[in-house]
Amino acid sequence: MPVMNIKDFSFTYPGVDSPSLKNINMKIRKNKITALIGPSGCGKSTLLRSMNRIHDLYPGNKYDGIIELFNTDTNEMQNILDIKKENEFIELRQKVGMIFQKPTPFPMSIFDNVAYGLKIAGIKDKSELEGRVEQALKDSVLWKEVQDRLSKSAMGLSGGQQQRLCIARAVAVKPEVILFDEPTSALDPISTGAIEELLVELKKDVSIAIVTHNMQQASRISDHTAFMYLGDLIEFDKTENIFLNPKEKQTEDYITGRFG
Amino acid sequence: MEKIFRNLSLSSASLVFIILLGIFITLFLASKDAINEFGIGFITNPNWNKEVSIDATDKSSQSAQDFSLEDDFLADDEDDMILDEDDAILDEDDMLFDDSIKKTFTDYGALVPIVGTLLTTLIALIFALPIAMGIAVFLAEIAPKNIAAPISVAIELLAAIPSIIFGMWGLYYFAPIVADLVGGYQVSLLTAGLVLGIMILPFMAAITRDSMNTTPDVLKESAYAMGATKFEVIKDIIFPYSKVGIIGSIILALGRALGETMAVAFLIGSIFALPTAINSPTISIPVAMANNFGEASGLGESSLFYLALILFVISFGVISFAKLYFLKGAR
Amino acid sequence: MRLIINKIVLGLSTLSALIGLAFLGWILITLFMKGLGSFHLSLFLNDLIDGGLRNLIVGQFILAGIAATIGIPLGMAAGIYIQEYGRGKYAEVIRNLSDIMMSAPSIVIGAFVYAIIVVPTGGTSGFAGAIALAIMMLPIVISTTDNMLSLVPKELREAGIALGASKYKVIVDIVIKAAKVGIMTGILLAFARIIGETAPLLFTSETSNYFSLDLTESFPSLTVSIYDLANEPEESSRDLAWAASFILTVLVLTINLAGRFITRNKKR
Repeated sequence: MPVMNIKDFSFTYPGVDSPSLKNINMKIRKNKITALIGPSGCGKSTLLRSMNRIHDLYPGNKYDGIIELFNTDTNEMQNILDIKKENEFIELRQKVGMIFQKPTPFPMSIFDNVAYGLKIAGIKDKSELEGRVEQALKDSVLWKEVQDRLSKSAMGLSGGQQQRLCIARAVAVKPEVILFDEPTSALDPISTGAIEELLVELKKDVSIAIVTHNMQQASRISDHTAFMYLGDLIEFDKTENIFLNPKEKQTEDYITGRFG
Repeated sequence: MEKIFRNLSLSSASLVFIILLGIFITLFLASKDAINEFGIGFITNPNWNKEVSIDATDKSSQSAQDFSLEDDFLADDEDDMILDEDDAILDEDDMLFDDSIKKTFTDYGALVPIVGTLLTTLIALIFALPIAMGIAVFLAEIAPKNIAAPISVAIELLAAIPSIIFGMWGLYYFAPIVADLVGGYQVSLLTAGLVLGIMILPFMAAITRDSMNTTPDVLKESAYAMGATKFEVIKDIIFPYSKVGIIGSIILALGRALGETMAVAFLIGSIFALPTAINSPTISIPVAMANNFGEASGLGESSLFYLALILFVISFGVISFAKLYFLKGAR
Repeated sequence: MRLIINKIVLGLSTLSALIGLAFLGWILITLFMKGLGSFHLSLFLNDLIDGGLRNLIVGQFILAGIAATIGIPLGMAAGIYIQEYGRGKYAEVIRNLSDIMMSAPSIVIGAFVYAIIVVPTGGTSGFAGAIALAIMMLPIVISTTDNMLSLVPKELREAGIALGASKYKVIVDIVIKAAKVGIMTGILLAFARIIGETAPLLFTSETSNYFSLDLTESFPSLTVSIYDLANEPEESSRDLAWAASFILTVLVLTINLAGRFITRNKKR
């Protein structure tokens, strides 16, 4: 079952004539990991950043087509490109979390970082906050490392720990989808391995879309893979099909390392 | 050639050190007479260019506590001081006279200008701080780029307008309105402080905005990605992240305000009297210097140098505190 | 609720920006109205003694010009030392002291020059005024040079050294050339700043009603005369002060804009 359905989606940056994404059609399926791969500049990050409309922080972008998100309240698909009001944006972003390339711990304590999303979602009860923070930190396999120093600044953590903290922060608000924008590209191999394991764990509770430069990573952890090239979606299929039996020549060339 | 060039640049760099040290030593030497005469009690003495009988002088040079006892007596004399100021040229003679007869004595103290300087700066800060923060937030976070850019340039250009212009405008256009609203004199602590505030506004807004702009975009994005509102991002991410730089910027603006002469000179009233209300006239250290240096001589001149030394030490302290403690490495 | 608070705060912020701009707009409009009202071409032809401003404008330019002639080479050399030669603590100390000096009260610098030049030479002089302005300018030029040189990539210096050039050659031929535009902009901004200064001139150069090129005497200064004129009781003096302020502001803003214009054009 898809939680997000992208139909004939095109995206144009401000001040540019030609669209950066052209007629994209794909789905993010529930409790699966969907990987977006392709050479630099293919538009995979642009697509990911459309799925929570974080693009809208900067004015002048043009969206065409439809991106639907499953609404658990009404059990219907809802087009997120229709969103105009600020409270709807906030709702969208609480449902679709995002993790960035570099870890982005906020300038506050470890506890407050994880509690941040909960607090702005209106949770004030202290014991509930503590419970949810602990659960989120356990879910992101960070609890053991930080339980003694929850009130210390998050800046003191290592890069890999910081990234897991950001994941805990996103998980804490129980989103439907989490978008990962090359979450391991700034990390060492051991931290990368830890994050990959974590993603596979997390998909029990949440659907995941991940942009990655690392094809092995995509093949290791994803269930579906989309290959993009110059703003076009070339091929979208089950991961094993993309890697073992690609239908398109371009996909095959990229997978086998002939370009990109 | 290499050596010459290196040594030339080294000596130019050392010039900074030499000049600053030179300023300190020169001011110290030039104020030596006043320092010997009045000592540290200068700072708490509210008299300026005032004939005092020897008994009173002895008292006033003792300690600060004595002054509270004398307050009533001093307050009565405040009105006379305006006249005293005009008599500055005569002082030299008076003093020679004093020395020979040893019955009266011209007394100088820094309390009034120090209080005036601190209060005008405080008023300026209270007025400018919220508006400057608002402008900085507006420029850094609210306004779209095509609006923020020209406004930024406008703000920076306004920071470049000579301070004498602010003073003139303040005296002839701003002060009358304030005086109508609040009552009291047009030249007063309040109007001087407000105009000073308007003057440091663009400087403060510009450097605060620069501090806020050091917050990485991804950090802001990841807060928005959690559903935070703009206000929450500003409050929880941008302010904590750039807190140190913002505080440093504020203190730096404060340092500038302390030493500002011209904008204040038009408006403060230049009267050596402790302000009794927010809308009463008084004087600040720079203004005392600006208005009296030309005519002063002897102990009066030395006392002005003592004032300059105090101002230099205060502003040196404030600015180095801002620079070294808050703005370390922020260049 | 969160959204309402958000709206209120953003509204307040925008409002304060408008208040700030309104104040500053008010000053400019006043200045233009009053200034243009009293503005006349004859102001450029007569000296202050005949109701014009010619001697003051020329005088102010000479004072600032001499200050720049002293301040720019010294400031650049010092900036080069801090950025290129200074490795240890000393350069860092100088950098900090220079930053502090930049914010030092200008009236104190006036008092300093008064004590070291005016008193020994027996009177106010154009020379003393120019020195006071040069001291004001020095730290600004140092900071600009320092900042702009720091933007030149390290590789450029290394490439020069690798070709066998001496350090001095690399600095003069490569590094300064690469940072030229930025330094020039900084210098123009510094010039715009000192040409509008009043406080350091009050008791160093003072001012004069007559045209003068003699730097050993009291020297005509536009800013000091504005202060004097504005405090005169006669309406005509004040009108002249407004006209002078208008000219001064236009001058300062033009130099300032010219500086920004250079950077904008050359950067691309």
